[in-house]
Amino acid sequence: MSEAIKLRKGLNIKLKGSANKELETLSIPSTVALKPTDFPGLTPKLKVKAEALVKAGDALFYDKYHPEVLFTAPFGGKVISVNRGERRKVLEVVIETDENAGSLEFTKANPTSLSGDEIKEQILKSGIWPFIKKRPYGIIASPEEKPISIYISTFDTAPMAPDYNFVIEGQMDTFQTGINALAKLTDGKVNLGVNENSAFTSVKNVEINSFKGPHPVGNVGIQIHHTAPLNKGDVVWTVNVQDVLFIGRLFETGKVDFTKTFAVTGSEIENPKYVKTILGAPVISVTKRNLKSVDYKQRIISGNVLTGTKVKTQCYLSYYDSQISVIPEGDEFELFGWATLGAKKFSASKTFITSLFPKKEYEMNANLHGGDRAFVVSGQYEKLLPMNILPVQLLKAILVNDIDKMEQLGIYEVVEEDLALCEYACTSKIKVQDILRTGINTMIKELG
Amino acid sequence: MKFIKNFFERTEPLVQKGAKYNWLGSVHEGFFTFLYVSKDTSKSGTHIHDYTDLKRTMSIVVLALVPAILFGMYNTGLQHFLAIGEASSTGFLEIFLYGLIKVLPVIAVSYIVGLGIEFVFAQKRGHGIHEGFLVSGILIPMVMPIETPLWMIAVATAFAVILGKEVFGGTGMNIWNPALIARAFLFFAYPAQMSGESVWVSLKDSDNLVDGFSGATPMAQAAAGNIDNISVADAFFGFIPGSIGETSTLAILLGAIILIVTGIGSWKIMVSVIAGGSVMGLILNAVSGSAGLSPEVATYFSLPFWQHLILGGFMFGAIFMATDPVSAAQTDKGKWIYGFLIGILAILIRVLNPAFPEGMMLAVLLMNTFAPLVDHYVVAGNIKKRMKRAKISA
Repeated sequence: MSEAIKLRKGLNIKLKGSANKELETLSIPSTVALKPTDFPGLTPKLKVKAEALVKAGDALFYDKYHPEVLFTAPFGGKVISVNRGERRKVLEVVIETDENAGSLEFTKANPTSLSGDEIKEQILKSGIWPFIKKRPYGIIASPEEKPISIYISTFDTAPMAPDYNFVIEGQMDTFQTGINALAKLTDGKVNLGVNENSAFTSVKNVEINSFKGPHPVGNVGIQIHHTAPLNKGDVVWTVNVQDVLFIGRLFETGKVDFTKTFAVTGSEIENPKYVKTILGAPVISVTKRNLKSVDYKQRIISGNVLTGTKVKTQCYLSYYDSQISVIPEGDEFELFGWATLGAKKFSASKTFITSLFPKKEYEMNANLHGGDRAFVVSGQYEKLLPMNILPVQLLKAILVNDIDKMEQLGIYEVVEEDLALCEYACTSKIKVQDILRTGINTMIKELG
Repeated sequence: MKFIKNFFERTEPLVQKGAKYNWLGSVHEGFFTFLYVSKDTSKSGTHIHDYTDLKRTMSIVVLALVPAILFGMYNTGLQHFLAIGEASSTGFLEIFLYGLIKVLPVIAVSYIVGLGIEFVFAQKRGHGIHEGFLVSGILIPMVMPIETPLWMIAVATAFAVILGKEVFGGTGMNIWNPALIARAFLFFAYPAQMSGESVWVSLKDSDNLVDGFSGATPMAQAAAGNIDNISVADAFFGFIPGSIGETSTLAILLGAIILIVTGIGSWKIMVSVIAGGSVMGLILNAVSGSAGLSPEVATYFSLPFWQHLILGGFMFGAIFMATDPVSAAQTDKGKWIYGFLIGILAILIRVLNPAFPEGMMLAVLLMNTFAPLVDHYVVAGNIKKRMKRAKISA
């Protein structure tokens, strides 16, 4: 293993409510759902209608522009509804689970004995393909492209993020199988980003890069930037740790098994812990009997507090997330809130006395704590982005829709999560992630 | 306090677009958010947001200015009583009160005129009132000589806010530091009232001046070649005539500590301005012996470089003017270059141009103008690196 790459820029936001190392296996939820809205830029085409009976691994919908990319049922049962929004946009395909519905059979084989094309076909057919994302842009990988290499970050530094060393316990062999399959999909290497005391250093058939530093060092984009930065025309793929397990199980058992561990976290959770359930499980199945009962509003987030999606208890967990965060909504006025000493106010700036206690954990709510302004303060974003990229200049290039400048300033190297900290800390409350996604969408539209 | 919140909440529908009092919308929002941080929560993007906002940032800067303001009030009184020869017989409180009474109207005029104009523009543009003027409004009085007539302060403030800021789009969009625009406007529009020896000390016609009183600032004396008269201690602590808030290096450094500890002011700019000024001072020292210089000029050249830093508006400019994030360079590398050049130019203009006794104002305004150019080259450097990398790997 090579020397650790140390990054100084960034910030660990220490919030109350990280998950205790305690795992509860939930019973199979009565419904599960797949949400096309979890995939930026996807135009879904339905393959099933309501009342259809499906097995786990049966396709529910596919990508209009890549018909081979299927999105399959995480569990067998009956499709009970296809919920649509404005202009008949498909929002959710809901399945009523049935433990006797069974699952589709795929080839059960050791990936090392299969060819790259056979592996690719099996992953596509089983509906695991959408878990492979590509950089640039952070969207689902195109099956016809061959990536330079594949990147997997084995640790997450976002606030209250799950500890994958704990999640992976007892599943290391499956992880290795998944890695072996992925290794066949690229001519380059599979890169694992690890931190200190990682359980993943024993993984074979990979290049291990070790990192040290504050958030966002755990983001795969940051790790790519510091190992082999993306240039125009380069394509690499990224996969999350638990999604490698899906691939591993597919080849080990010949069946899809979308069992996933979620960290249930946040200051509004009675007992923060890990739960094992099915992909697309209802939010309520994860949070029930664990939400604090309070007289103010709570915000439930699928994902972490920086990049997650606001959900309601009757919603379903998002596709790529491994975490649920619940924080106070904070929709209350605060008298002279901007002028207090701030004994309980964690801040990236050093204008509150909490900056004297950097090790303490704090509670944060979803209040904006201020109004929208133009860019005023400078140097703030740069401190939080450990990349050789000028974030403000890039965002301004996007705001004026200057495609050449976006490209020159490195839009290929970043996705929303990499700049999420900048948005969190921004004095002017600028919507950094929204702006960046607009820029990325423009690039996809103009350059393909 | 609850009834205030209720009042604002109840009146909110009345000031919406199309409602009866819609012309009060921005003012309503401005006062409401001043009293109460809004209940608005995150709708997209990150769910948590930092507790800092522009109000907090700006109020920290005002806090950092407080030592210099208070000292400025005291010094205004002190200079007055020195001039009439009663300084030793007057108590501290009386001296301070004299200054307070003199300085407060200047601050009030600046805020009333500036905020008034900001309110109008915010309403016309249909956005909230932005906080930029909280700082500009106190900076403007601090860079003015105490004897500046109030109507001039009003005109200069109006000029700075309208032509220095709002025409560019308001807070965050201006090219030059608004406070310095106000100062420069008066300097060029009313030169007779803004320089010379009678503007720095507050006096009435009826006052009996002590023998030998000139009212000249140490800088004016230095320019005339009298560098031996300068008391270093007086200049550092600020017991000298000068603009209201700029005389005490000590009080300004206290502010600098606040800005640096809270991370609000860029220490990079502060350090590089001081470095630039020192380098230029040393260069002048080195050539002070060369032939062809008139004796006064040669003497001014030989002023020890560090004394330049404690005279005139240099330190005030370095800590509070050059660091304005909007008009300064935005990139980290750019900040070093920008600050260094301000330091060089300030001393260069100060010493070599007899038309301008103080160079800080012009140096900062000049570098404000060039800051986008500095940034352009820093950004171009970043792009070049990325393009080069792409070529190597291709």
